Amino acid sequence: MAEIKFEEALKKLEKLVQELEEGDLSLGDALKKYQEGIQLSQLCSQRLEDAKKKVELLTKNKKGEFSLKPFDESKADEASA
Amino acid sequence: MPTRAEFSSQHLESGSQKHRHIYTVSQLTQDIKLILENALDYVWVEGEVSGMSRISTGTVFFTLKDERAQLKCVLFFNTALSLKFQIKNGIKIIVFGHIGVYERSGNYQLYVEKIEPLGVGSLQLALEQLKIKLEKEGLFDSSHKKPIPYLPSCIGIVTSATGAAIKDILKVIDRRFRDVEIIINPVRVQGEGAKEDIAEAIRDFNRFGKVEVIILARGGGSIEDLWAFNEEQVAYAVYNSRIPIICAVGHERDVTISDLVADLRAPTPSVAAELVLPKKEDLRQAVEDYLGRLNFNIRHTLEVNATQHKIAHKKLQLLNPVLKIPHYRQRLVDLDRQLGMSIKNFIGLRAARFQKVIEKLETLSPLGILSRGYSITFKLPEEKIIKDAGALGKGDIIKTKLHKGEIVSEVQEAG
Repeated sequence: MAEIKFEEALKKLEKLVQELEEGDLSLGDALKKYQEGIQLSQLCSQRLEDAKKKVELLTKNKKGEFSLKPFDESKADEASA
Repeated sequence: MPTRAEFSSQHLESGSQKHRHIYTVSQLTQDIKLILENALDYVWVEGEVSGMSRISTGTVFFTLKDERAQLKCVLFFNTALSLKFQIKNGIKIIVFGHIGVYERSGNYQLYVEKIEPLGVGSLQLALEQLKIKLEKEGLFDSSHKKPIPYLPSCIGIVTSATGAAIKDILKVIDRRFRDVEIIINPVRVQGEGAKEDIAEAIRDFNRFGKVEVIILARGGGSIEDLWAFNEEQVAYAVYNSRIPIICAVGHERDVTISDLVADLRAPTPSVAAELVLPKKEDLRQAVEDYLGRLNFNIRHTLEVNATQHKIAHKKLQLLNPVLKIPHYRQRLVDLDRQLGMSIKNFIGLRAARFQKVIEKLETLSPLGILSRGYSITFKLPEEKIIKDAGALGKGDIIKTKLHKGEIVSEVQEAG
């Protein structure tokens, strides 16, 4: 599923709002754009709220295979890797 | 050792061959060698490089010169290797070495053991030379630079796992956005093995995928400390990365080659963290603003539309033919009344005329005559009106209509 990127969504939303504010639209078009705008703003909000914080270390074994280990920020003073 | 003066006086004075000291070339050269190599110990010499050439063994020959003289120099392969910068014709250097006479070719030369660029540190010079080289190869081209994603969900960091740089970056990200995935590929950032680590770490991220942007970071330090980020293999790793790279090495003033090749340069690691992510609060605010404007606008649009609708509706209503009905009804009533009145008039008039006619008629009416005393005579049984007495004979039965009543009689005599 190709999701629209946040930046794109935000730009589209901005454009929609401008078009609505220019005021030359018929009522039908205005309602359509309003609906689209609501959807986009919901998408953006979701994107902002759904993300979770994660800090990890990338490690590679002798075979060249990668794996992720959690990174302990409080231990950043110890040497690692 | 005979002096030059003594030599020449010997030659001039002697007339016969028996008193001249005749050297062989080797002997003379040997003497020269001894004199020269003893008189001059190790020396530092400054001059401009020219006539540089290299032979297959790696030995470099060049000439150091100034306005009036030249000195041939020899630089052996292992010394050449340890140089950070490249010797080129035209550059001014200071060399350290000892003078030797090379008997085979009958010249003296300086055997170089150390070289420094004149005026500027060797690392600085090396940096300048590398910049020129890589710029020619297109590594700094702005057309090659990729845009940094606006809101990456996964950020890669190539830096030391300890130290200030990673702490600063994590702190700033936490403050600005917080909820993002960060993957750290730890490396040595100076000294032995650093350039290999850094280049490999960048390639690792490109193989691993997932990260949308890489921050290449290192705290402040001297040019030697930062040197790994000036190395050619690191420059190429940055250039070849298909993942965009933000480079934040050293302090504001330090510009390394990695900074020049990267897709974006940040003066410090903290600034890199600011460049890589927008503030969540700012974004939230922007979305809210747009939402507010949307709602305000749609309300306004609906109101305007409703008003227009009302006006149009009213207009329409006013045009409704139904509204005209009372008017027409009234007209009808009026006309009706008028008609009524007209008819009444008409009838009245006619009635009047009729009355007149009736009156006339009445005066002409035989029945009216009767009221004056006249009578009408009918012959029975035919009921024929008799106007002539001669039409009657004796014995006929006649009816006489008077004004009031009738008489039936028998004729006795008529005529």
